[in-house]
Amino acid sequence: MEYGLVSAAYISASVLFILSLGGLSNQEKAKRAVWFGIAGMALSVIFTIFSGNSGNFWLLLPMIIAGSIIGYYVAKKVEMTEMPQLVAALHSFVGLAAVFIGFNAQLELAVIENFSGNLDDLKGFSKKIANKNATEISIMTVEIFLGVFIGAVTFTGSVVAFGKLSGKIGGKVFKLPGGHGLNLAALICSLGLGLLYFNGSGLWTLILLSILAGFIGWHLIMGIGGADMPVVVSMLNSYSGWAAAAIGFTLGNDLLIVTGALVGSSGAILSYIMCKAMNRHFISVILGGFGSQPVTQSEIEGEQVAIDADGVATLLNDADEIIIVPGYGMAVAQAQQAVSELTRRLRSKSKTIRFGIHPVAGRLPGHMNVLLAEAKVPYDIVLEMDEINDDFPKTDVVIVIGSNDIVNPAAQEDPDSPIAGMPVLEVWKAKHVIVSKRGQGTGYSGIQNPLFYKENTRMFYGDAKNSLDSLLSKIE
Amino acid sequence: MKIVAPKELDQGESRVAITPQSAKFLINLGHEVIVQSGAGKNSRFSDSDYKMNGCRLVKSPTSMWKEADAIVKVNPPTDAEQKKLRKGQILIGFIWPGQNKVLLESLQKKGVTTIAMDMVPRISRAQKMDALSSMANIAGYRAVIEATNNFDRFLTGQITAAGKVPPAKVLIIGAGVAGLAAIGTSVSLGAIVRAFDVRPEVGEQIESMGAKFLMLDFDEGADGSETGGYAAPSSPEFREKQLECFSEQAPEVDIVITTALIPGRDAPKLWLKEFVKKMRPGSVVVDLAAEKGGNCDLTVPGEKVVTDNDVTIIGYTDFPSRMASQASSLYANNIRHMLDDLTPANDGKINVDMNDDVIRGSTVTHNGKLTFPPPPPKIQAIAKQVPKIETKTPEQIKAEEREIFKKNTLQQTVLLSIGAILMFFIGNYAPPDFMQHMIVFALACFVGFQVIWNVSHALHTPLMAVTNAISGIIIIGAVLQMASESWFAIFLASISVLISTINIVGGFMVTRRMLAMFQKS
Repeated sequence: MEYGLVSAAYISASVLFILSLGGLSNQEKAKRAVWFGIAGMALSVIFTIFSGNSGNFWLLLPMIIAGSIIGYYVAKKVEMTEMPQLVAALHSFVGLAAVFIGFNAQLELAVIENFSGNLDDLKGFSKKIANKNATEISIMTVEIFLGVFIGAVTFTGSVVAFGKLSGKIGGKVFKLPGGHGLNLAALICSLGLGLLYFNGSGLWTLILLSILAGFIGWHLIMGIGGADMPVVVSMLNSYSGWAAAAIGFTLGNDLLIVTGALVGSSGAILSYIMCKAMNRHFISVILGGFGSQPVTQSEIEGEQVAIDADGVATLLNDADEIIIVPGYGMAVAQAQQAVSELTRRLRSKSKTIRFGIHPVAGRLPGHMNVLLAEAKVPYDIVLEMDEINDDFPKTDVVIVIGSNDIVNPAAQEDPDSPIAGMPVLEVWKAKHVIVSKRGQGTGYSGIQNPLFYKENTRMFYGDAKNSLDSLLSKIE
Repeated sequence: MKIVAPKELDQGESRVAITPQSAKFLINLGHEVIVQSGAGKNSRFSDSDYKMNGCRLVKSPTSMWKEADAIVKVNPPTDAEQKKLRKGQILIGFIWPGQNKVLLESLQKKGVTTIAMDMVPRISRAQKMDALSSMANIAGYRAVIEATNNFDRFLTGQITAAGKVPPAKVLIIGAGVAGLAAIGTSVSLGAIVRAFDVRPEVGEQIESMGAKFLMLDFDEGADGSETGGYAAPSSPEFREKQLECFSEQAPEVDIVITTALIPGRDAPKLWLKEFVKKMRPGSVVVDLAAEKGGNCDLTVPGEKVVTDNDVTIIGYTDFPSRMASQASSLYANNIRHMLDDLTPANDGKINVDMNDDVIRGSTVTHNGKLTFPPPPPKIQAIAKQVPKIETKTPEQIKAEEREIFKKNTLQQTVLLSIGAILMFFIGNYAPPDFMQHMIVFALACFVGFQVIWNVSHALHTPLMAVTNAISGIIIIGAVLQMASESWFAIFLASISVLISTINIVGGFMVTRRMLAMFQKS
């Protein structure tokens, strides 16, 4: 197929990808926009296969079919609460693919260097390499190096993130003796290997490099706690994009570069938003979570007052304005259906119910929105923190389900608190606050929450789902 | 420890400090409970009830006082009772240490540890042992009932076929616990209720109970509250304004209930003789402060008097005792919570922990030492009114904005310069082919940033899924490498094709699934 035709397909695909991301600015447009993405992907894959630069279709097609079946099956089966794991797993695939493709590029390079036959017989990538001059080859080795390095970090990092999110690895912070010193040492060794590789040491340096980079990814993410996962997952999302872009440079493929850059910047922005919502620097999140530094904070006076389902039902029946603030605890308890049913019943009694979502609620950016959408909570009553924060003073009842740090007044009131300055939902300004919580423990950051001791707060102890079910039986 | 509850000796006192119910809890704490036979009779708790709940009954008070480790009472001990006390015993009850200096000294000399239930600090943790509040609540209710009993008209307004009945007007002075209870009771009987208090921050509570808050137009130092949620003595100017306000109210109101008390002092005189004279015949004044001298000039403590102009003034001092059964239950619960805190290990051993805010505050004599008055509590009972935040002038805001703008400009310039230098550096060495790709890369980054900022927060999860899917574009690299000469390269490429296809199909499918869930109401 003509070079021009393939390029045209790539340009259309780039435009379609941009449209599909841009469409996510609102829920209705997004439903159409996803088709743009699918069309762009189909275009680019089909044109690449038939461009005449590929081969071995007997292997290629079965692989595509098998991959499609697996992807279809996984996407059908996954629970919405498992979305963070799935996203992490998919990142690891991109990382792994980038590593393999980097290896291949080196293999091809070695083949061409020893090639004695007619250069015109070559197809695809080999032909491209064969036409390169010495500077271009050395640039390419740098690109391969970057692609493999980022790819390997993404791969192991995502595997660890997957393990932590799915509970297969404990969410606790884990570091080898030596801590970040080890990472630094590994990084320096990687750079050394890189120098060897640029001087033509061959494939073994690349393999060693990927092992070292893999170690960095593993060790870095093992040292980050569960609730920092939104940042980690967005960061890995970004890395997978940069890996794709690096591979695009290696292969001289603009579509890969464009798409990689889109994905990379998307992940970077998400990480930025998450960090801002926690009032922490990106570096401090990556270099380790809370709990490592000693916690100094003002003493809290008062008592946690418990309430039972009857009490909550009475409060809700008397209330007109209600706001529900869900957190990761709701996802853990699988309580979103009960929340949705509660919302439906209260709405049918013509009460105003809204949801307030903190940007870092859950384990993935926007996680709570998806869970509530799955439980059929209409999206127009699910609001962001900035949209709803001013409305708390005129709210009768706020129900906090499974969130802790994101509603902690210490962030505003106690300058010594580790989370001081973090934007929080100001639930304590409402007339009554009901906190549904398993026990008296602290949140992810390990600090006390003065909200639980406030005079207008009542603690609704128990598993969120059981509590809400018992509450539902009291609200007709 | 042996805890004893003697029969109260004061005339007209019907309450008792331990009920059969509270005794059960005390026994669970590991204590032995001894009750004087007949102690609960006036509160309708029979000796057999006590026995059934595990108490020992004793006929003679003398032997009981002798063996006791702790004595719980309602009223302060009489002279005869004081003689029976011995060193090391713990006495719990209302003591009024501010007014009873002599008693306090004698207790101190005897070496008795005295815990005054009237000194429990008003912080949320101690609410369950706040006997003053629980008794005041009863007194407030009862005050309205007594007033109605002596008031020969309806409280609620009615329009009947036989004519119109106007609602009665009730004025409550002092909106503490008793005052608020009185407001609630009179509102529910249908009266028009007005309330006055020197602490402006209770206005909200008054209005929440359904009464009108009589606000004094008085700016300077209007805040009459002191730490601990009680009222402080007011300045002469303030007092004058206050009396002026009452003087206006006097001819209008039918029932006045005064509850004004200042801790450790005689009750302030607020309802003067002349106000009583101005009131209509048949009106009623209930003086809940009678025991401390009364808020009304004409109050006779413990008595009901009728003035020449037919105004009834009730100065009873035993309102809680008039509802003895419930008053005893509530008081006994306060006592039991206090003992609960005093017995931290539930092993029947009392530990007077002077580091505990609540216990420190209520202990007035300990180990032969006077520990009254206590240091002020660390926390305020009611939040003071928040001082107004200074609003910024438009100039200040403008200056701040300019500052931020300058800072941002500087930041951006620095970043751009660094980027430009980096690019020049690369451009110096890199081949033209690479630079062309670089242009594409830089533009794509910018487009990405612009597009992603517009993505709604609610759709961040679908965004991640869709970027996941399109990062599967790496499949193109793998497809191109399938044409390789090396079998190993083909093997690696085919695995890459497989996993990136999973990415593409899985990513798009799950995005579609998620987006379909978002429904508008």
